[in-house]
Amino acid sequence: MNEFFVSGLMVFMLSTFVGLDVIKKVSPLLHTPLMSLTNAISAICIIGAILVAGSAHHPSKIGTILGAIAVFCSMTNIVSGFLITDRMLKMFKKRKAVEGEKA
Amino acid sequence: MITQLTYIAAGALFILSLRWMNSPVSARRGVAAGIAAMVLAVGGTILSPSVDRYAVIAAAMILGTLVGVPLAAVPITAVPQRTALSHAFGALAAALVGVGKYFTFSSSELTPFITGAIVFEVILGFVTFTGSIIAALKLQEVISGRPVTYPGQNFVNLSVLGGAVILGALLVLDPSQSWMFIGIILLALLFGIMLVMPIGGADMPTVISLLNSYAGLSAVAMGFVLNNHLLIIAGALDGASGLILSIIMCKAMNRSFTNVLFGAFGQAAKAQTGVEGPKTHRSVTAEDAAEYLKEAERVVIVPGYGMAVAQAQHKVRELYDNLTKRGIDVKFAIHPVAGRMPGHMNVLLAEADIPYDQLIEMDEINPEMPQVDIAIVIGANDVVNPAAKTNPGSPIYGMPVIEVDKARQIIFLKRGLATGFAGVENELFFNSKTMMLFGSAKETVGQLAAELKKN
Repeated sequence: MNEFFVSGLMVFMLSTFVGLDVIKKVSPLLHTPLMSLTNAISAICIIGAILVAGSAHHPSKIGTILGAIAVFCSMTNIVSGFLITDRMLKMFKKRKAVEGEKA
Repeated sequence: MITQLTYIAAGALFILSLRWMNSPVSARRGVAAGIAAMVLAVGGTILSPSVDRYAVIAAAMILGTLVGVPLAAVPITAVPQRTALSHAFGALAAALVGVGKYFTFSSSELTPFITGAIVFEVILGFVTFTGSIIAALKLQEVISGRPVTYPGQNFVNLSVLGGAVILGALLVLDPSQSWMFIGIILLALLFGIMLVMPIGGADMPTVISLLNSYAGLSAVAMGFVLNNHLLIIAGALDGASGLILSIIMCKAMNRSFTNVLFGAFGQAAKAQTGVEGPKTHRSVTAEDAAEYLKEAERVVIVPGYGMAVAQAQHKVRELYDNLTKRGIDVKFAIHPVAGRMPGHMNVLLAEADIPYDQLIEMDEINPEMPQVDIAIVIGANDVVNPAAKTNPGSPIYGMPVIEVDKARQIIFLKRGLATGFAGVENELFFNSKTMMLFGSAKETVGQLAAELKKN
């Protein structure tokens, strides 16, 4: 059994518990921005994509091409995910703030 | 070493980012933490000695930015489609990295463990890719949102998935058989399409959440392939988030995962309607309805997908303003599955500048319903249908609903007497306390607002 498998599984188990706990506390008000934020976070795939596209150990055409497409896709998600989450969050205002704006 | 340190910081910031989403007050800080984490992760990776060909990477990142910026500027009503589309992008990235790894690893590196993780990553990635594309097309109404079903569908679907899994197991035993790998890719792509085609519009909140979870899990699998803990952490957080949202959505419909995925709701569920015999409803004009509203002290507005379709949220804001100006207490009752994705109604109403402290969740508002003078239902149907509580024969029996039937009076804004998504007739239409105001929500809400403005 691969040694990384065990430590990886440990990290996966712990992060899942942390994730479940943290997400449970997210207000249902914000479930749509939550989803676009996790969208951007799951674009962490970009680091795998960079490692494949720019691999110094395994230089190959197919790796570079597929990796570059993957970098492009992830980057799209990072940029649009964070931008739209922030845009939506800016719209959530308290009653006083809304009235203050009108005055 | 530097790379590892940036990864630890990034992991912590990702957790904080989600933690700060617990309240609208700190949520924007959460976005900032997420961005910081991503910059650290990408920066740390580029600094790693195993990376070169910076020009290619930079070009791909610039192109991605150019596409990402307009995708973030879509109208708020198009957010469900955009979300589905970005699940597709994310999953495609994960899948392509898996394919790239398979074809660049030497045979000695393709250990059973690594091969297994690649298979897992590629299946999840490609299933999520085509599944999300279909979901986005359905939400954009390029293809019909109705469930597409045929006899033996579940058997066919599961055979396709089973085929991919069997090929995957065989590939682990003999990683050199690249034709099997191609076969896995094709079957996974096909399964994604077949998985989402039978799912109808009202089940989209669950399906989008589930696809969100899959996209996270494919990042986890990638982490195992690349020996990278940060991928596992971020992927697990995303997977957990999608899972929780799917569970919330399923509970809000009183259905199980398997029922959503394989049940093709809205097809078979036509039969029992409960009460028989001739039924009459009371239709009113906007003028009459406004007169009733002027007498009210407490009003609750229940928005549904119909409000989103009619893009009536800004008119709803006018109605809210004019009611509040008359000293009437107005609250919004939000059902978890109203709309096409989790939290859909909240974002639409926030866009129309309705303060979020007036948006109340179903469980909180229900005990207050008996004190409510008038409940205004705008483009919602199944989520207020009392049959869910009273009629065990109804397909939606057991689903938690907003109890508008307990309010003193009900104003239903609807196009007609048609049934909701579940195909169940709503006895509320024929209740003596109910007034039906027919027409497009945008117009009728506008008329109500205008009437209330007058003295």
